[in-house]
Amino acid sequence: MIGIIDYGMGNLRSVQKAFEFLGVPAQIVSRPNEMEQFPGLILPGVGAFRDAIQEIRQKDFPTALRDSVDSGKPLLGICLGLQLLFETSYEDGEYEGLGLIDGDVVRFQNEPELKIPHMGWNAVDTVQAHPLLEGISNESHFYFVHSFFVRPTDRETVIGQTTHGTQPFASIVAKGNLMATQFHPEKSQRVGLQLLRNYANLVEESATIRS
Amino acid sequence: MLAKRIIPCLDVHAGRVVKGVNFLNLRDAGDPVDVASRYESEGADELVFLDITASHEERDIILDVVQRTSEVIFMPLTVGGGIRTLEDIRRLLSAGCDKVSINSAAVKDPEFVREAALRFGSQCIVVNIDPKRVPVAGAEAIPGVREDLAVIPRPGRDGSEEVYWDVHINGGRKPTGLDAVKWAREVEQLGAGEIVLTSMDADGTKDGFDIEITKAVSDAVGIPVIASGGAGHPSHLYEAVTSGGASAALAASIFHYGEFSIDETKQYLQERNVPVRRIPLPAKSE
Repeated sequence: MIGIIDYGMGNLRSVQKAFEFLGVPAQIVSRPNEMEQFPGLILPGVGAFRDAIQEIRQKDFPTALRDSVDSGKPLLGICLGLQLLFETSYEDGEYEGLGLIDGDVVRFQNEPELKIPHMGWNAVDTVQAHPLLEGISNESHFYFVHSFFVRPTDRETVIGQTTHGTQPFASIVAKGNLMATQFHPEKSQRVGLQLLRNYANLVEESATIRS
Repeated sequence: MLAKRIIPCLDVHAGRVVKGVNFLNLRDAGDPVDVASRYESEGADELVFLDITASHEERDIILDVVQRTSEVIFMPLTVGGGIRTLEDIRRLLSAGCDKVSINSAAVKDPEFVREAALRFGSQCIVVNIDPKRVPVAGAEAIPGVREDLAVIPRPGRDGSEEVYWDVHINGGRKPTGLDAVKWAREVEQLGAGEIVLTSMDADGTKDGFDIEITKAVSDAVGIPVIASGGAGHPSHLYEAVTSGGASAALAASIFHYGEFSIDETKQYLQERNVPVRRIPLPAKSE
């Protein structure tokens, strides 16, 4: 059973529907004290960084999230859910994130003829092998919608990389049981479903080990 | 590199996919979920449902269609047609669509675009712009249009008389006096995340997209522009995403009538060095 964290922003149903399609039970988690019962979590997100982090703080998620990650429980951030894991975002100001991964969140630089947001299907180059990418070929296309991207301080956390215009950025990051994608696997057809299936498998393995 | 997107558009009427010319002689073409599944397996990058249901009472039917589609299709889905209120958008998004496209309502109340983008995020607000070339001579001045957005004379094609690129609403029937390029910049400022540009002159001709207007709008804005209207051959989609500068091309009949498949179209583009996403096709059962 996978818990999808609901902090009051964005449509969580699409992630839930993707897991349902895969036959993996997934439920919406609206309160930090409900996180405990789920062996794996998803941190989704669309919209502005500032609003999202405010909601997360207001609903008392930061400590519970940190404890959950420290306990070794898998967490997958998606899109804004990836950016929220970092220390600082420069989206319309400067905002402190969850600080679970070192690094910051910055906007794409303007380039002639470069469209921002980066919207559509783009290839993910595998930087290092990871169980999330099991059965997915290198340079597979995933669906992106974003104007900001993460710059992890520790390059070892970069699993996949994508290039918009002339600007390469980290499109998959992982630090132990903490994983995140800048693209939307739930909107990336077969390869996206495969990635979510891989995550569900990781959650199951991790639960077996920790029990 | 970001792939150029190929987007089939389905006309949905009373919960069924329909085909027809100018909304006349509508013919049933199946369940939207089945048609959407077929396009997904052929490698469509996104889908658009255009709800052409006329009566307000039947509008809830599209919510059911969106709901059912989003349970089995895992790619971005946009719904357009008759969207007027924030509540319309909220209901469509919670039914499972990813973006909504707004047309006449954006012209009638530009603040609606701003409010929608603030509330739901720019990434899910698409504005449709339907320009039509109108001869300057004899064009009636339309009162109430903001001066900085008003039509300006532009050279006609083949050195013919000057024309306005007049944004039309109500399915292309009503001129507004807004210049297509200026209006595109305005909707970007208001927070739209994407523009679907449908030339009323090219739409339905199958002679190709209006490359001149597509290029002008695409150059004028920093957000993605989707070319629409006029596709009859893969070469037309090629022109739209190369000379036209569009990020994506939208087409209906070329795919519906099986003249070219989505993958054939993408192969055509790929052979000409346009970045596209191709997927392995299921084996054909003979």
